[in-house]
Amino acid sequence: MTIEVLAAGPMLTVQDAGRFGFRRFGVSTAGPMDAPALALANALCGNAAEAAALEFAGVGGQFSAARPVRFAVTGVSCDIFIDERRVLPDESHRLLPGEKLRIGAATSGMWGYLAFCGGIDVEPVLGARATHVRTGLGGFQGRPLRTGDKLPLGRDAAPADICLRLSENSAGIFSRHEETAPIRIVAGPQDDHFAPEILARLTETGFYVTPQRDRMASLLGGAALPALLGHDIVSDATVPGSVQVPGSGQPMVLMAESQTTGGYPKIATVISADLPRLAQLPTGACFRFALISRDEAEDIAIAQAAALSQALSGLQTKPEGVLQSEYLLSFNLISGVFAPEDIDEPDRRGK
Amino acid sequence: MAPVLASPRPPAADLPSLHFLPCGDCAVSIQLGDTVDAEVNASVYALADAVEAAQIDGIVELVPSYRALLIRYDPARIRGADLETRIAGLRLAARAGATRARRWTIPVVYGGEAGQDLDAIAQDKGMTAAEVVALHASAEYRVFMIGFTPGFAYLGGLPERLHTPRLQKPRQLVPAGSIGIGGQQASINSVAGPSGWRFIGQTPLLTFDPGRAAPFLLSGGDRVRFRPVSAEEGAEIAARVATGEIVTGPEDPA
Repeated sequence: MTIEVLAAGPMLTVQDAGRFGFRRFGVSTAGPMDAPALALANALCGNAAEAAALEFAGVGGQFSAARPVRFAVTGVSCDIFIDERRVLPDESHRLLPGEKLRIGAATSGMWGYLAFCGGIDVEPVLGARATHVRTGLGGFQGRPLRTGDKLPLGRDAAPADICLRLSENSAGIFSRHEETAPIRIVAGPQDDHFAPEILARLTETGFYVTPQRDRMASLLGGAALPALLGHDIVSDATVPGSVQVPGSGQPMVLMAESQTTGGYPKIATVISADLPRLAQLPTGACFRFALISRDEAEDIAIAQAAALSQALSGLQTKPEGVLQSEYLLSFNLISGVFAPEDIDEPDRRGK
Repeated sequence: MAPVLASPRPPAADLPSLHFLPCGDCAVSIQLGDTVDAEVNASVYALADAVEAAQIDGIVELVPSYRALLIRYDPARIRGADLETRIAGLRLAARAGATRARRWTIPVVYGGEAGQDLDAIAQDKGMTAAEVVALHASAEYRVFMIGFTPGFAYLGGLPERLHTPRLQKPRQLVPAGSIGIGGQQASINSVAGPSGWRFIGQTPLLTFDPGRAAPFLLSGGDRVRFRPVSAEEGAEIAARVATGEIVTGPEDPA
């Protein structure tokens, strides 16, 4: 069973939750820019949390399947069409052989996820299917996908005709791209390389997301942050979220595909709950940093993990997923008002 | 509650002491010094061994580097403050523990296309190329850390006469296996990529091969010597490596 890529967006890659345990050998974790969005896409397809899906930057692409399969798109707001029929993100849908799935440009958010039931079943490399683009590791031949690629799918373990959607009251825990709340950081590890007034500048002035951004890092514009003791340190380990400050004084936030070590002082670390939000901000977006303590940050991380797990276990069965069941019987089919297409998107916007 | 900004920390003492530096909500860096120093580095790996042996629940992975050990943890299983307390208790054990050191001999074809800077470095130092090779191959190196890209080995122990600043403008593509010099450090490059270091040779060994049962040849703390080989012998070793043969292993652990 394969998914064929009929057209590929500019940065369409296979990603799973990431490659753990090899940073001491120089291997980046890679994995999703927006981990909760990937987790949601997998859960909507009934996949295990470690399943691999596709991540796209800005524009998805076009896809077809060799057998009936369910899929879900998360992370961004964008046009999704099955042939000429528009469907919604944050829900799973069926794609039949011969139908074309088209995922257009994101109207909000940067990083979208397309999961298929069974997961993308490429051979794991160092225990993970995530693509590390820079070193060509993992994923599909270690590279972004291209037109004509055929992706193997794993066995679909979930009941075949159930489609799911996110419950309204759980939506809040996923990145809302219009949100302008500060990006929260914890000071350090090298905050003592900066004078107090420079540390103050970090939170008292705004920064913006420059176009120099990719899966590896996001360069920020705004006030310069010169270091007291110079911008070269004896290289030490970095993490996704490290705010490193090179000689230019322009801070750079390391992202999912970050290198494992670096020789620039790291003034602060973006908390794990806010890193996906930073990743999803549009280029040019202005924001503030807010400093919190490590204890607060850990409390937030724990609460976020609990909220995510609750949201994923509370996914609702979509009525149109059970065409053979009593749901259909609840409509007055005899009157002939309902065509299957209408049932497919009850009370939703039209084409 | 207003967070308190960290005040400047005391300078590193002669003996490494542990400075805990939070890296967000799921990692902490334990700094043992702030210089490139073999003893400090040995303490980092000894501490990593001790942490591993303690099997503390909630630790996700360890990343030792020149002078610090980073611990990634799951705050839902262990809080950073508790982790620090546990680590501080390990400190004496770490000091007492002897570091294992695996010793490797790495064959190198000096000069040639991959070693394009050999002649320039020799000229710069007032040496012949053969003298540079002999000096480079006479030293024992310590793997200070594996980092930046998969399997890239940062080596300490480069004879002072060979210290050479990096290029102003990095080269776009340096082949895998390149043997480099960057300032006072030496390297074995594992994957092809851009680099501003100078290169004097190439090893036919693959220090990183994701398809191999043991993907990484070298670990932090290992000792390395280089053995000059002819281009012919290098090609022969490369051919054996290409078939998946394991052509070398570490000598007796010391």
